[in-house]
Amino acid sequence: MTHETLLTAAGAITSTSTGEAVTFWILAPVAVLTALGMVLVRSAVHSALLLVANLFCVAVFYMIQQAPFLGFVQIIVYAGAIMVLFLFVLMLVGVDSSDSLVETIRGQRLGAAIFGLGFAGLLVFPIGSAINDGSAKGLDTANTGGNVQAIGRLLFSQYVFVFEAISALLVVAAIGTMVLGHREREGGRITQRDWMQRRFAEGAQVTPLPGPGVFAQHDSANTLGLLPGGGHASGIGGTPAAGPPGGPAGSGPAGGGPVDGGPDRPGETGPGAPPAASGGDGDDTDGGSRPGSDPADANDSALAGAGKGEDR
Amino acid sequence: MNPANYLILAALLFTIGTVGVLVRRNAIVVFMSIELMLNASNLTLVTFSRIHGTLDGQIMAFFVMVVAAAEVVIGLAIILSIFRTRRSASVDDVNLLKY
Repeated sequence: MTHETLLTAAGAITSTSTGEAVTFWILAPVAVLTALGMVLVRSAVHSALLLVANLFCVAVFYMIQQAPFLGFVQIIVYAGAIMVLFLFVLMLVGVDSSDSLVETIRGQRLGAAIFGLGFAGLLVFPIGSAINDGSAKGLDTANTGGNVQAIGRLLFSQYVFVFEAISALLVVAAIGTMVLGHREREGGRITQRDWMQRRFAEGAQVTPLPGPGVFAQHDSANTLGLLPGGGHASGIGGTPAAGPPGGPAGSGPAGGGPVDGGPDRPGETGPGAPPAASGGDGDDTDGGSRPGSDPADANDSALAGAGKGEDR
Repeated sequence: MNPANYLILAALLFTIGTVGVLVRRNAIVVFMSIELMLNASNLTLVTFSRIHGTLDGQIMAFFVMVVAAAEVVIGLAIILSIFRTRRSASVDDVNLLKY
């Protein structure tokens, strides 16, 4: 039977076997170092991974101490479930939430170190002086029939009420977690129609934005509209947004009217229309080349030229 | 090998966990240090179970594991709800009761 072979394997590990000593002296420094690293390392994720290594070491200690059931439970429950839970919460809270190195209580680290050394001495030295005969009864008789079977027998006979209480505790913990983690939704669910109405109420742009550099998006003479080829529109006719209601700031007070409302741009529709629809045609020359130029154009061309020079 | 070595190792791990609880600021790392302390006590229980030749220590370690699982679940839920309201998982920021 499998558990009999397991039992003989477990029985072969006596309290003074060399294999156990070798395993212990290899893994005990690893356990202590991973624990120290878990406390000292700054990143919380590294702490969690070091704690996983430490839990595996302790699981091996359980196994070589004739408690294979607890060793596997340790690996499954602790190193598996609980550490995954820790990592989940860590990722929810934010990975970069490292510890701050600022001491809020002055001298706390030094005090904690001194306390730790004293506490370790207080714990270790009485143990070392109290138990030094090295005698262990071992679990060979208690584990007769297998460690899992023996634990099951004990769990469901002598400790059955504790077992029930523990199961009740687990149920309470699960319900408590749900209560703590539950968030009530305030108001109804936001539908797509609500989102749309909110966008319109905010006055956001409903249509997709034009391609970059094609249309002038502002009325200012500073931001000239680009022609499809990438060049700037010409100075006078090219001052963007030459609509009648909101003339550009650049169009001068004297000659704004006759220039902007020019008949040579019939396709112009609004303030955001392309300024080079018919007038510009990609030439970057100033307004002097245009046929409909009047003396007022000089003023405007100067202004637009200033704008161009600033833009280039 | 003396089985008391396990006890000494468990004492060291417990001490390291205590220092971690005292020093660290991140609430999750504090919780991990508490897990380390629980593990050290479990190792002590298993070792004593082996020294005395009965399985009661292992049963107790099993119960400690279950209670630790419940404690972790509740504690992490509390940390999350605190994080939701205060946008911080540092134990220094939870000082409202001080004033």
